[in-house]
Amino acid sequence: MTDTTDTADASRTDQWETVVGLEVHVELATVTKLFCACPNLFGAEPNTNICPVCLGLPGSLPVLNERVVEFALRVGEAFHFDVPERSIFHRKNYFYPDMPKDFQTTQYDEPICLAGWLDVDGVRVGITRAHLEEDTGKSVHLGGGGRIHDASHSLVDYNRAGVPLMEIVSEPDMRSSEQARRYVEELRATLLAIGVSDVKMEEGSLRVDANISVRHYGDEFGTRAEIKNVNSLRSLARAIDYEHDRQIEMLERGERVKQETRHWDEEAGCTRPGRSKEEPDDYRYFPEPDLVPIAPSAELRAHVRASMPELPAAQRTRLIDEWGINDHEAGVLLSTPGLAEYAETAVVALDGGGTPKDVVNWATNDVLSYVNETGLSPALLAPEMLAELVRLVGDGTISRNQARDVLAESLREEKWPKAIVSERGLAQVSDEGALGAAVDDVLAQNADAVEEWRSGDDKVKKKKRGFLMGECMKALKGQGNPQLLNRLLDERLARG
Amino acid sequence: MNATELAAAVRSGERSAVEVVEEHLSRIDAREGELHAFNLVMADDARAAAAQIDAAVARGEDPGPLAGVPVALKDNMCTRGLPTTCSSKILDGWKPPYDATVVTRLRDAGAVFVGKTNLDEFAMGSSTENSAFGPTRNPHDPSRVPGGSSGGSAAAVAADFAALSLGSDTGGSIRQPAALCGVVGVKPTYGAVSRYGLIAFASSLDQIGPFATTVADAALALEVIWGHDPLDSTSIGSVPSAIESPLAVLDRGVEGLRVGIVDEITLAEGIAPEVRAAVEAAGLALESAGASVEHVSVPSAEYGLSAYYLIAPAEASSNLARYDGVRYGLRVDGETVEQMNAATRDCGFGAEVKRRIMLGTYALSTGYYDAYYGTAQRVRTLIIRDFERAYERFDVLLGATSPTVAFELGARTADPLAMYLSDVCTVPSNLSGDPAMSVPFGADAAGLPIGVQVLAPALQEATMFRVAAAIEAAKGSAS
Repeated sequence: MTDTTDTADASRTDQWETVVGLEVHVELATVTKLFCACPNLFGAEPNTNICPVCLGLPGSLPVLNERVVEFALRVGEAFHFDVPERSIFHRKNYFYPDMPKDFQTTQYDEPICLAGWLDVDGVRVGITRAHLEEDTGKSVHLGGGGRIHDASHSLVDYNRAGVPLMEIVSEPDMRSSEQARRYVEELRATLLAIGVSDVKMEEGSLRVDANISVRHYGDEFGTRAEIKNVNSLRSLARAIDYEHDRQIEMLERGERVKQETRHWDEEAGCTRPGRSKEEPDDYRYFPEPDLVPIAPSAELRAHVRASMPELPAAQRTRLIDEWGINDHEAGVLLSTPGLAEYAETAVVALDGGGTPKDVVNWATNDVLSYVNETGLSPALLAPEMLAELVRLVGDGTISRNQARDVLAESLREEKWPKAIVSERGLAQVSDEGALGAAVDDVLAQNADAVEEWRSGDDKVKKKKRGFLMGECMKALKGQGNPQLLNRLLDERLARG
Repeated sequence: MNATELAAAVRSGERSAVEVVEEHLSRIDAREGELHAFNLVMADDARAAAAQIDAAVARGEDPGPLAGVPVALKDNMCTRGLPTTCSSKILDGWKPPYDATVVTRLRDAGAVFVGKTNLDEFAMGSSTENSAFGPTRNPHDPSRVPGGSSGGSAAAVAADFAALSLGSDTGGSIRQPAALCGVVGVKPTYGAVSRYGLIAFASSLDQIGPFATTVADAALALEVIWGHDPLDSTSIGSVPSAIESPLAVLDRGVEGLRVGIVDEITLAEGIAPEVRAAVEAAGLALESAGASVEHVSVPSAEYGLSAYYLIAPAEASSNLARYDGVRYGLRVDGETVEQMNAATRDCGFGAEVKRRIMLGTYALSTGYYDAYYGTAQRVRTLIIRDFERAYERFDVLLGATSPTVAFELGARTADPLAMYLSDVCTVPSNLSGDPAMSVPFGADAAGLPIGVQVLAPALQEATMFRVAAAIEAAKGSAS
């Protein structure tokens, strides 16, 4: 690599600062939709979870799902929002086939959550607002290239219409793609912990739009581009980096950045301008006359405050302090819903038969792989079984290697590790007499190898010792306590 | 026989519901061709429902307070499996998969539906001439309009096609046709009657109410349809539990009640002398029945019409957006979705509906919102406050319902503003959300009926009905 590019890049990074603000749309995990009693479910047969209300049939009227207000209050607590006495819904008017009423019922200038924040790795990111709105249906364009302009016809699935969404709008407080990624991670972990959403980007239950601009350090904010269609944390970081480069190149060429909506193209690794409209949209917002203001009662506020769980940031600090695990391990534990709770219960069940670190090791490796493979929630697993496994390793009953198999079976078959150990006859031989006799037999039967060990250099010594150890294990059908066996073998070899 | 008498006769087994409905169907047969009150006559359904009522009575059951009473529904109220058109081409072929709450309540009370009545398209109009299916005519003089937008429902009761009917009142659409057709028409307190299943015109103003030939019948119908409905967020929780029953107080008289005649809806320019005279005469009648009567000014009422014609179209422009050809009703194909939307709406909506959608779209546009919609909402707040102030001094208010008696068909169709002025006396109550009703009181020289409007504070329907009953009782001596 030549120096010129590096230098140019370095000077560029020196001069330019990226400014990122994020709009995060979160599907709220209520049982029913925002304004009707239809199930709020992902992946049902098209147009099966619909009714006159979410289809916007003439004469139908919305009724606010009270659970949604409770969820919004939880969000309010978690991100230190001000939740006003009264907030209202507006209508956002525009025509689109997947929007049953041809207006979206959404909050506008009187949202339910105002002025909150979230600390991300020591940096406080301001959150301007969080508001409630309904989701639209989903269009499928058939024939042609799958896009609306060349489709022969289109189908609409209204199952998603009326699903409750919360839009969480940050201040332009982030300065790098990494920081933006971390913000979303923290936001997700918190939303997950307070139980308001399953925050699955791949299923669209969490969607991110990024507002990106660049400026010289100390300057006013530059013109921003809004990037849509960012479907993973990785794409978010890539899209921000791409925009950063694109905008700086334009500015350095003396061009101006256009304020526009751009779409992230994952395959091409670039953003492209969206369809430009001849006229700017005029959504003709006005207060929704079919709904009354949201005015959470003092009782509901108190209930929510009292029932708030420990938030991930606090939980992370506590686990690091109490368990002596590192930041990364804590991060892994907290990024899978239910895994930290699973580990916490297992630690309690250890009853002194192992350390929390042992539990975390198993939880973040074998248990996590199992959870990822099967899609099961850790909440469905029995942490007491893991605790028993850790105890079995701790007291020398089985080796770590054996434990892996035992745990796999325990998870799969929901069986207690002790039962598996006794069924498989896995218990380690830890009796010195029995082990010593076995070692003596092996040494007697392999006098050649012993001789080679004695006269060989370090390399040979290592090899022959390994061979003899293997023979000992074989003789013990793999059930010899390895620590003990190692010691006995070394003692006998040294003795000659 | 009126509704109260019919229900009593059917409940007691004195008359059969089938016989009652046949009488009404034969009257429909005789005059419907001339009047065109209905978009749909439900003769077979009505006969079947009546037979069920009779069967219930025969089994010793009580079919309810409206047992066997023939009722007509304005065709903007959803009826499961039956066309509900709003008198618009745009809903062509659409059959709602559900019943409006009022429909369910009437049926549960033993009512027999005889048909769906004609209206100005989407309830926008004051003469029922804006119907895609042709105008309805006034039973008192078929060369004249029945008023609107609930003209079909008013005419149906006036012609005795039905003993009761329901209308919807956004700016006077129950009261004004009631006045022009010589029947009683009630707009209850906003939120007293569920709007679930009423196809929206202007959501913050729309309210369902009854037409009847007597004040008592109107009270009977109102008490069947009102009451909290969890399906309508704007439905009032305390109705009827915490408010007085109008039926129970009808004969209590008006002794000691304080009545104010509102100058702005009685004396204003454009209100015909014979209409003014009728209001004053009603005042005198109440006075001689023991009420105290005075004139009062509610200054902001005069701006009601201007505010109304911004707020109602604004809400309508949004409420009517859903008729886009995608999901139901009419579709006129186009090259693109946008062209299909535009072609469908161009073909499906009539001129008045388009005019109001454009007015409302404009009123909500960026840069104009505050000047139009915002100002209108502030006027609305003023009107509410002015009426509250008036109700500190008066129990009820009195005024004209319609500035004139029924006018000739076509007389105002060329001049939308003249047509809009028909609503000048009625819109203030929609803006304030308070109840108001029209009671027939006298007639002009040609014998065309005049209605007097009784207005009351929110949820004071009982007092309003007492006053209406007193005016009704004095009717014989008037004109």
